[in-house]
Amino acid sequence: MYTVACIAILITMILAIIRALAGPSVYDRVLAVNMFGTKTVLLLSVVAFLYGRPDFLDLALAYALINFISVLAVLQFFENKPTDGDRASEEIR
Amino acid sequence: MTDLLSWLLLLTGSGFVLTGGIGLLRMPTLYARLHAASLTDTLGTLLILLGIIVQAGFTLAAIKLIAIALFLLLTGPTASYALANAALLSGAVPKARLLDDL
Repeated sequence: MYTVACIAILITMILAIIRALAGPSVYDRVLAVNMFGTKTVLLLSVVAFLYGRPDFLDLALAYALINFISVLAVLQFFENKPTDGDRASEEIR
Repeated sequence: MTDLLSWLLLLTGSGFVLTGGIGLLRMPTLYARLHAASLTDTLGTLLILLGIIVQAGFTLAAIKLIAIALFLLLTGPTASYALANAALLSGAVPKARLLDDL
């Protein structure tokens, strides 16, 4: 039962990696990485019950915290970066 | 009975998560991708975690899972909003507004 959820999450993580590698703009990449992090938390929770080791839940909680902070930090960095208007609107679509 | 409910929640959650992944890969614009990713992020995550909570019963693990679910529900939309805001501020115009201007 957990295996099905595990496989679905893993496939989604692969799709997110493809989008992160292929994403036309930097925001696509940040979005994909954010989703990858959320799915990592989910995968850790499912794996904790798949292998019967509830200790993994602490790791999932810690990873959720780190992921959120890192995404906000990266966004702050890119938000303040001066971008050339035309090029940016051409690039991000 | 518990197993059936847990199965159902996990399967529905897996379906939503997969939909989100496919949407993230296949949607045409940044904002459409953001929509697909953020919507299924919260729903799929909540359903899968609920399925595990049903399986765990009243234990410490269930409390930890509820904490994870609450935290993800709090941070997921915040991160999505920050992402959309940053993209908008840096000049990515949503497609609908472009059509209105024409």
